[in-house]
Amino acid sequence: MLTILFWVFSVLMLASAAAVVLFRNPVNSAMSLVLSFLALAALFVTLDAFFIGVIQVLVYAGAVMVLFLFIIMLLDLKAETRRRLNIAALAGGIAVLGGFVVLITHVVKSLPASTDHFPPLARTGYPDAYDIGMTLFSDFNLPFQIIGVLLLVSTVGVVFLSRRSLR
Amino acid sequence: MPTLGDYLLVSGLLFSLGLAGVLLRRNLLIIFMSLELMLNAANLSLVAFARHGVTAFGLPDYNGQVLVFFIITVAAAEVAVGLAIIVALYRLRQSTHVEDLNRMKF
Repeated sequence: MLTILFWVFSVLMLASAAAVVLFRNPVNSAMSLVLSFLALAALFVTLDAFFIGVIQVLVYAGAVMVLFLFIIMLLDLKAETRRRLNIAALAGGIAVLGGFVVLITHVVKSLPASTDHFPPLARTGYPDAYDIGMTLFSDFNLPFQIIGVLLLVSTVGVVFLSRRSLR
Repeated sequence: MPTLGDYLLVSGLLFSLGLAGVLLRRNLLIIFMSLELMLNAANLSLVAFARHGVTAFGLPDYNGQVLVFFIITVAAAEVAVGLAIIVALYRLRQSTHVEDLNRMKF
């Protein structure tokens, strides 16, 4: 059952990620990106990471995508018109990409742990928000507060950047 | 049952698709979306390794999942700042096409 779900959601995620790159209209790309994020959240759940899956849906498929769609609508972007194709850049990009895929496949195949099945958990279906919260507020307390400062700084930065006259 | 290698391979392919978007597309917003894909690929491999490295209590290694939490937070901040920069750029140039933005080209 888990195997079927894994392959269904992997294929869905990779197909919609490819659609993000291939679609000419930015709105279509953004919608495919939402689908890709939702499938990725499902993959997180198959890895028993329930909290991360929920956060993925809330933050990525919710907040980030609303922001993207808002900006696309605000700028009123039309579908990209076909420009003169830069053949050298295209060929170079595809060559780098092919090399990268071969490299990744080789590295994963040569990893000793790559054929390991995941060890069973002591308790399954346990809501892991408690354990993540304990880790976050004990071992990672300082990074957590630094992240808070980062969010404040980025908020101030966005307000400054979106002023009418940027001086 | 899917193995660790399966998850890492899917993660690697997702990263490659993101890289393809950054290398081949010329629209700033699409490039930005592809960056998000690459960040998510890193998240997937982190969660897979966290599930693989079960602790002595029989629970997933939550350090990896906390790192994913931090990455998602930083990505949200990055999207907000990046889109504000794109909007400011669009006001200046009326374009989000990277070939129109060549002021700093050597």
